[in-house]
Amino acid sequence: MDNLKVSISRQLMRYVLLSWIALIFIFPLIFMIVSSLKPDLQLLRDSSSFRAFLPVGDISFNNYIEAFDRAPIFLFIGNSIFITATTIILSMFACSLAAFSFVFLEWKGKGVILSIILSTLIVPFEAIAIPLLLIVNFLPWVSVDGISIGWLNSYQVQIIPFIADAITIYLFVQYFKDLPKELVEAAHVDGASWFRIYSKIILPLSGPIFATAAILKFLAMYNNQFLWPIMVAQEEQFRPVMVGLLYFFQLNVAWGEVMAYLSIITIPVLAFYISMQKAFVASVANTGIKG
Amino acid sequence: MKNIKSILLMIFSSIFLSANIASAATTLSMWYHGAGNQTEKDLLMQIVNDFNNSQSDYAVEVQDFPQESYNDSVTAAALAGNLPDIIDVDGPIMPNWAWSGYLAPLSISQDVLDKMLPGAIGSWNGEVYSVGLWDAACAIYARKSDLEENGIRIPTLDNPWTKSEFDNILATLDSTGKYDYVFDVGMAWTGEWYAYAFGPMMQSFGGDLFDTSNGKADGMINGDAAIEFGEWWQSLMNNGYAPGTSQDGGDRETGFLDGKYALQLNGNWAAVPAIEQLGDDMLFLPSVDFGNGPKIGAASWQFGVSKSSKNQEGANAFIEFMLQDQYLAAFSDGIGLIPPTAQSAAMSEKYRPGGPLEVFFELSEAQATLRAVTPGYVVASKEFEKAIADISNGADVADALDAAADAIDADVAKNNGY
Amino acid sequence: MGNNKLFKSQQRTGWLMAAPATLLIFFFLVLPFLMAFGFSLTNQRIFSPNPTEFVGLHNFKNMLSVHFLTVEAEKDETGAFKLDNNGNYQFPKTRKFTRNNPDYPHLNKTREWMKFDVGKTKKFYVLARDLIFMKALTITILFVLITAPLQAGIALLLAMLINQPLRGINIYRTIYFMPVVISMVVVSVLWKFIYDGENGLLNALLHFFSVGYFEPVDWLGQTDTALGAIIAMSIWQGVGFHMIIWLAGLQTIPVDHYEVARLEGANKWQTFSNVTWPGLRNTAILVMVIITMQAFTLFPQVAVMTRGGPLDSTQSLVFQMVERGYGKQDIAGGSTISVFLFLFVLSISLFQRYITREKIHG
Repeated sequence: MDNLKVSISRQLMRYVLLSWIALIFIFPLIFMIVSSLKPDLQLLRDSSSFRAFLPVGDISFNNYIEAFDRAPIFLFIGNSIFITATTIILSMFACSLAAFSFVFLEWKGKGVILSIILSTLIVPFEAIAIPLLLIVNFLPWVSVDGISIGWLNSYQVQIIPFIADAITIYLFVQYFKDLPKELVEAAHVDGASWFRIYSKIILPLSGPIFATAAILKFLAMYNNQFLWPIMVAQEEQFRPVMVGLLYFFQLNVAWGEVMAYLSIITIPVLAFYISMQKAFVASVANTGIKG
Repeated sequence: MKNIKSILLMIFSSIFLSANIASAATTLSMWYHGAGNQTEKDLLMQIVNDFNNSQSDYAVEVQDFPQESYNDSVTAAALAGNLPDIIDVDGPIMPNWAWSGYLAPLSISQDVLDKMLPGAIGSWNGEVYSVGLWDAACAIYARKSDLEENGIRIPTLDNPWTKSEFDNILATLDSTGKYDYVFDVGMAWTGEWYAYAFGPMMQSFGGDLFDTSNGKADGMINGDAAIEFGEWWQSLMNNGYAPGTSQDGGDRETGFLDGKYALQLNGNWAAVPAIEQLGDDMLFLPSVDFGNGPKIGAASWQFGVSKSSKNQEGANAFIEFMLQDQYLAAFSDGIGLIPPTAQSAAMSEKYRPGGPLEVFFELSEAQATLRAVTPGYVVASKEFEKAIADISNGADVADALDAAADAIDADVAKNNGY
Repeated sequence: MGNNKLFKSQQRTGWLMAAPATLLIFFFLVLPFLMAFGFSLTNQRIFSPNPTEFVGLHNFKNMLSVHFLTVEAEKDETGAFKLDNNGNYQFPKTRKFTRNNPDYPHLNKTREWMKFDVGKTKKFYVLARDLIFMKALTITILFVLITAPLQAGIALLLAMLINQPLRGINIYRTIYFMPVVISMVVVSVLWKFIYDGENGLLNALLHFFSVGYFEPVDWLGQTDTALGAIIAMSIWQGVGFHMIIWLAGLQTIPVDHYEVARLEGANKWQTFSNVTWPGLRNTAILVMVIITMQAFTLFPQVAVMTRGGPLDSTQSLVFQMVERGYGKQDIAGGSTISVFLFLFVLSISLFQRYITREKIHG
């Protein structure tokens, strides 16, 4: 009887501790969502007390309505989702293919190339943005209207430079390294082509790592695309969500609308994350084991 | 019979063809910095529609950009050779863009230019590169009741406050204990505001960003007069008269109206809500004379034509179209800024004789000093901003200004003196 | 014969499979970086009517040059030391030496970086030509040194906390991960509100929990708290990600190891150091490498919240790179910083690899 009591109170304490910590991680989000329902003046005044977390006072969806007036939010979210999804799909193929070749095939130069690719981990995007701009300005593109030069004001300029990146390749390399080599060797002895081995043997075993890489890529493309779209997406129809955020920072910042906008654009990310929860956690976990 | 028919056919078809050719209007692309600002967009679109409907040679298309990143977008476009026909540019930045080769000199009729306030014309190196649809001015916001209660004289354009008078006023207001801060200078507005609003105060002390005789910053921005300004500025912070760099953005916007601040340095774009709330109690006071005459900043966003534009004629035509008085007045009514000609001022609600903001037009005429007209202004403004921020946070005044001078001169030297 | 064919086919297929990713990385990452490297050797501006000139290592020299100066207390005509009213020795201001002093031409336009007392009568100064770069460098390094172990450590503690079979533990795991899912820029905007000196949420909460004892602090506006505030926020945003990595590592440790330890009567600390920690070594390496690399690119927080201030207490290398390259249109200057950052982090990661390799063999 006593044992049960102790264990229950212990459990309770654990929950209390966990919950306190959870509050620390979630309070800014609650602040953001609750603030988006308040008019600006009240928002600012409430932010210095507990009322910041409580939907009290003049609560309405006005900020959301105003936000939609101020910026074409659905356009931006649509753009971001399209760009992100396309990049992810192409990236998974290109990077896993390359990783496969680095791990399972012997060929001259693979060591050097892999080292160069890994060293790009250290290069922040801002360092190469301007040279990249100069480069994409001279690249040709084929479309319904024929061949054109220069990629500005398009979707491809926001997608293609980001398809291959060192982190994704590194993740795949580490994961493939830990797969049983005998499977590959056996298949090879049986006469299977390398592409067949890739698609029939390795891919089916790689669900978790694909999920990891996909989610990391999603976060990078949706959340962190700031400087590049400002430089290359000159026409409004190509702009992604983060550029849209700037629409709200005029000389008089409408904080309520800012909170509303932030709440809206966070929804796709949270939805994606929660729906991929199991695969995600299991797969992010995998990056650790293969370190 | 046949002959006449075929001749008639030819005549009709040629008329038809030429009519078609005429109606194929050339597109003029224009970039504007006001994305997210509905009022400005509506006003602009009205002008664009009027222009497009008034003739069939050109059709203007507007692309809106968020103000925060507008300059970056233009720079990237210039690099890519992708600038539109018409761009708008912030007045003091214009020399930099003209020097860099983004802008072509304007070919607008001289009489139109003559009628405009100097702050609305952007000229550099002897050429006019941009014109603005409005000018912006700064004033000291105050409540009549506050001044009268404390026996403070209300300054006029001819007789502004002097430095010692102003110091006394600040001390008096501070001693009442009624305010969080007695003089809000607006440090929450980082960026161009610092050079625009505080630079003229430094000029009133006798300092400046550049020594116009030799184009150097050393000796001027860190000269004795500027150092005096810096130390006076630091005293504002030390005495608790002004909120410093960690001023809350929200406070900056509502603090004066809420009574947290006694005096506030602000521009005429914030005047309308102030008048609405305080009515007759609202005063817009001229700047203080710190020794070299009272000065305020001038020049705001202006329109120019890009050098790479293939439609220079059309672009210039549109810009001249925009400068008609009724549009200038309309912009002023909508966003509260100063109409740049006397006629449009007379037409506007707020700036006409007897109007609530009439005083700003006079202020602009009397006290406005252009910010340093040089391509080096971009760096100079940033260095000045940093120096002021550091001084406000307690850095040694001479050192902070020295650092700014060195950085500015290094930049000028790197560019062969511009 | 067969081997040769095999080798050749591997060669061809290998190149083919790696080609898409390799070509993409080459054109869109390596090539631009080589161009940036090229810019750093010139005086390239974003746009200029003046032709670009090659300046070699001039930019690097300017950025990295450091000088030393020893200054003696002022003496009067007899050669004895002058004392002021409080009986202290008087020293000339560094400004005398660093501004147009013909005796010290190499010190012209340098700025005071560090100051040391040598006994009572001498001061030793370290002067830097590019003081802001030096501050950015030291602050960035400080940020990495503090954030990396703290973030990794807290993540480990959280992982151990989450690694228990409680009901609903998944919900907590999800919540702890949520900040990772939000863009750092958005996080910075939110926390700027929270850290506000007068109306900030943090001050309000601390005031409440200390029953009125705590006075509001201007977190981002004071030189001694600004960097700490940014560190705290950065850790808040990133710790969930590393917690999950640790969690996976913890879950690979066989349960019977813990059984053995319990049977042998080990206490919590002994269990940790003899069972848990050794099983986590690979995970530890991965976590530290990622955290360190990410920490060096400190940028959005500074750009949104403090812009390097107050008084350069939150300067960072990438922030300066962007300020110079884009803000001041000095592409050469910005590129110089990025080349330096690249070489600096490269040498650190090579060093990290060297250290961890030794342990495995040893």
